[in-house]
Amino acid sequence: MSNLDQAIEKDKNQTKGSRTKILLRLLKLVNSTSPWMLIVSMITIVLAAASNVVGSLFIERLINNYIVPLTKEKVPNYGPLATAIAVMFGIYAIGFLSNYLFNMLMGVLAQKVQYRVRNEMFTHMESLPISYFDQNEFGDIMSRYTNDIDTLMQMISQSIPQFTNSALSLLFVVVAMFSLSWQLTVFSFIIFALSFGIVRYLTVRSSHFFQVQQKKLGQINGYNEEMLNGLKVIKVFSHEPQSKEGFDKYNEELRQASGNANTYATILFPIMGNMGNLLYVLIAFVGGAAAINSWAPLSLGAIGSFLQLSKQFSMPIAQISQQLNSIVMALAGAERIFNLEDQKSEADQGTVTLSKENDEVGSKWYWNVPQKDGSTKKVQVRGHIIFDHVNFSYVPGHQILHDISINAKPGMKVALVGETGAGKTTISNMLNRFYDIDSGTITYDGIPIKDIKKDDLRRSLSIVLQETHLFTGTIMDNIRFGNPEASDDDVYQAAKLSHADEFIHDLDHGYETVIDGDGGDLSQGQMQLLSIARAMIADEPVMILDEATSSIDTRTEKMVQAGMDNLLTGRTSFVIAHRLSTIVNSDLILVLDHGHIIEHGNHDELIKQKGYYYELYTGKKEIQ
Amino acid sequence: MIKTLSKSIRQYKKLSLLSPMFVIGEVIIEMLIPYLVGILIDNGIMKGNMSYISKMGLLLLVLTIVSLILGASASYVSAHAAAGFAANLRQDMFYHMQDYSFENIDHFSSASLVTRLTTDVNNVQMAYQMIIRIAVRAPMMFIVSIIMSIIISPRLSLIFAVLGPVFAIALGLIIKTAYPYFPKIFRGYDRMNQVVRENVRGIREVKTYVQEQPQIKEFKKSSGFIYKLFATAQKIMSLNALVVAAVLNISTLAICWFGAKEVVGGSLQTGQLISMFTYSNSVLFSLNILAMITTQLVISGASGRRIASVITEEPTIEDPKKPLTRLTNGEIIFDHVNFKYEPADKTDALKDINLHIKPGETIGIIGETGSSKSTLVSMIPRLYDVTSGAVRVAGHNVKSYDLKTLRDNVAMVLQKNVLFTGTIKDNLKWGNENATDEQVVAAAKIAHADGFIREMPDGYDTIVEQGGNNVSGGQKQRITIARALLKNPKILILDDSTSAVDTSTERQIRTSLAKDMPETTKIIISQRIVSIKDADRIIVMDRGQIQDIGTHDELMKTNELYSSIAKFQEEQGK
Repeated sequence: MSNLDQAIEKDKNQTKGSRTKILLRLLKLVNSTSPWMLIVSMITIVLAAASNVVGSLFIERLINNYIVPLTKEKVPNYGPLATAIAVMFGIYAIGFLSNYLFNMLMGVLAQKVQYRVRNEMFTHMESLPISYFDQNEFGDIMSRYTNDIDTLMQMISQSIPQFTNSALSLLFVVVAMFSLSWQLTVFSFIIFALSFGIVRYLTVRSSHFFQVQQKKLGQINGYNEEMLNGLKVIKVFSHEPQSKEGFDKYNEELRQASGNANTYATILFPIMGNMGNLLYVLIAFVGGAAAINSWAPLSLGAIGSFLQLSKQFSMPIAQISQQLNSIVMALAGAERIFNLEDQKSEADQGTVTLSKENDEVGSKWYWNVPQKDGSTKKVQVRGHIIFDHVNFSYVPGHQILHDISINAKPGMKVALVGETGAGKTTISNMLNRFYDIDSGTITYDGIPIKDIKKDDLRRSLSIVLQETHLFTGTIMDNIRFGNPEASDDDVYQAAKLSHADEFIHDLDHGYETVIDGDGGDLSQGQMQLLSIARAMIADEPVMILDEATSSIDTRTEKMVQAGMDNLLTGRTSFVIAHRLSTIVNSDLILVLDHGHIIEHGNHDELIKQKGYYYELYTGKKEIQ
Repeated sequence: MIKTLSKSIRQYKKLSLLSPMFVIGEVIIEMLIPYLVGILIDNGIMKGNMSYISKMGLLLLVLTIVSLILGASASYVSAHAAAGFAANLRQDMFYHMQDYSFENIDHFSSASLVTRLTTDVNNVQMAYQMIIRIAVRAPMMFIVSIIMSIIISPRLSLIFAVLGPVFAIALGLIIKTAYPYFPKIFRGYDRMNQVVRENVRGIREVKTYVQEQPQIKEFKKSSGFIYKLFATAQKIMSLNALVVAAVLNISTLAICWFGAKEVVGGSLQTGQLISMFTYSNSVLFSLNILAMITTQLVISGASGRRIASVITEEPTIEDPKKPLTRLTNGEIIFDHVNFKYEPADKTDALKDINLHIKPGETIGIIGETGSSKSTLVSMIPRLYDVTSGAVRVAGHNVKSYDLKTLRDNVAMVLQKNVLFTGTIKDNLKWGNENATDEQVVAAAKIAHADGFIREMPDGYDTIVEQGGNNVSGGQKQRITIARALLKNPKILILDDSTSAVDTSTERQIRTSLAKDMPETTKIIISQRIVSIKDADRIIVMDRGQIQDIGTHDELMKTNELYSSIAKFQEEQGK
């Protein structure tokens, strides 16, 4: 608990300084989304608040100026009263129309801002480097699109109008009270100060407990996530009692935190309501005494109005304090959103572009290299990749790749072998520029890859990753992901080549079967087949295969390999594999250890060397 | 649904009942105050009776303080009752989930179970808190203010009889028009979150295939859908503000006009007129709150239904009435077993399986992806129940055993396996809570995990990160095997559990298993021939059926599928 308090405290201090900045940026954002909506809203908020106060003052005039004289007339003339009520109706009408307008406008504006922020955020996110996704937790990124944006909506559609409205109401009420009787107003201020103190205390406590509740919620969520994910394992081990026991602990903590948080959140209104009542009673009492004893010039109507005003006095204070809390929450949300939007996009200074030209033989890829004189030189893409003394570290000072030099000639199959963490995947990350090297050079057909436009560089490389991710849509859409222009026939052909065709035909709706991001009922192996089909259809000059066949059964693997071999002919390929069986036929095998290339050569050469590879191959050593 | 959920109130019934009582007390006092103030004005101030003012003033002061205490208590009581109810709901759901069979688990995705445990419970908690506090307060306030205003002036109260229904109908119409938008909007949210999730998780694919622009288009489509619907819903909902303010203002003016006539006519006093204004506010505000509550309750009704569906889901596998608690040996018999995952499935996952495995035998199973290898072995520890036929272990139908007994004796290492947050030792002890350190190490040694575990920074006390990210695939598999061994089972099933372990280590594990656990029946599913070729018998599975059974040598001669796989792997291997 004390640690939690400290964390929350630290959080508070960190953000306090920048809050004003964030608020300004947020207001600018709202304003620039639709200035007229904001202006009209603000005007109507003022009108609504004003009409409210005028209404309360009217009751004083009603009694003193109309009813009391009327009771004295022998034949009461209701004409002036009717006129006054008609005028009041006009003022009220402005009030309720304004009320409607600002509610509507701010509501729509909040949606507009959300729409805009979401799109900006997503568009920007797509431009961020891979390192951002590697360093930030999925849930953390996700919550910016859900919780954080929601707090923004809350703030724009409710907090800002209510805050403004309450502040104005309070101001008008105070002015109106003063105009009725400064003595009673001063008296009210004592209650006012007291209320304000109580409200502040309660809202601060409540926001504290809400943060505690949020943390506890996060904890139980994490626990549930883990336990429900592993529910089958729990069942296999009959571990249900232990799992329940762990749950009970988190559940009890959350119960207490939630009970406290909600007590403080809801206690505000009965307390403020009754403070209002208290003020009401005291004014009737004090005002009455003052009127009788002529301590102050008070009419009965003034007391009536004052009573009415005093009711409107305590609620705005509670509102203001509550809205302050939710504004602070929204600012925290906005900060996290802005943080994402402020991340640097992937740097891309490349100028060389890729183009595909069809001739009678088939299609050929070309690099278009801009020359100093403004013309462009066409270089055919052959897939000659050279790593020249490449060094790299994810975190400065913690070098991952040491002096890597590779010469992958066009059409070569290059295999990378080594333990987990030896740097195999890192090498492929260098080639497609998911990360940029620290020193050395990497060239593609003689062109330094940093001079090639990133999108075009990636268009020239296909990757089949360890873990396959699919996107909601049909199987057809998912294969076409590799090349949106591909025809249906292209898709069928790619699926046949990768031997995905068979299982797709067994699905209820064949190629039109809709799958979601988790792959639904597809097995890991089937997902990999789709991933291979996707790479096939992309038809790119260089391939990177990252342990792509680990979950496919042997017969299928045999078929995939046959297709893959077709695909690899004439293409440069990098294969990362744990199983040596898939790489013995490579032209070049690189053995990596702690980011160094310790052995290189083809299978026979390496066997002759009797080094690390030999030990692996003969089973004396294992890859971990 | 309500009946199911209300079972979870339990020990919070008392608090839940106290809350409305406090609220009723508070509202009565609160509504009495304007009336008494009216009397105070008419009898005290108007008549200049100071002692009356003091007496009434004091009474009012005491009442206010009582009302404050009641109101604050209601908040405390309702918040804690609701939080307790929510905790019970979570517990009931979580406990019930622990009773789920694999079939039940397959019905819900784990993500949706997590949402039900948090977001949905949260919605119900809020609704419940509202029901026992505000939902009592608002109608109470409405009734009391109506009664009070009738006491003051029955004729002026007629205003409410006219405006009240108008107000209620208008609000009802607004809610009815706006409500259908919300389920659509929520579906829009689901879709949008899905796009984000897929892009964050699959960012490497997106970037590799340069699909940023199409994905952005996809996202904008989903966010645009939400914007369009939500903005429309907002426009409709803001009519609410118009109606509330308009009716309130009109009723105030009506009271002014008719009230003035009453006062002039002498049937009403000015103080009472002032009280009437307060009551008219209360009547309309309580109606407004009622409308809000109704909307909220309707929305949280969806959550309630989602929770109820978790609680009412019948576990399809339960302990028998008089269970056997001893399992004597590792004999397994499949007797004409058929199995379908869903009754509606067209094809059987298992078709007429007959099999007799002797205690201590080592059985290999091979077959293509989707040939039901895993399904076959899932029948033994009763992860699923057969659709027809029977599975017998040590002479008894698996359905007659106590589930814990059965599963402790039939140790299955799942294909999709997970480690849990905690130390490696904690994870290993899942197999046997009371295992000594020696036993833990012995099991780890058989699974060839001891070596790398000792090399880790804290050895057996190294913390496994969530999802087991700090151990490699092969290491994880060996830990999960050791975990299963600690059960000291009669039957051990390895479902492709060494796929990421290299061949030589795998061979050593097999040798240790044979040497150290000779009496245990071992069933090994694998894609690799080398992993199973030494088995006593090998089962070749094909589309839910046993295609062939035999030793490696027999199958090499007689089974084409088997020998072709073997030949291919041999070529690849050496």
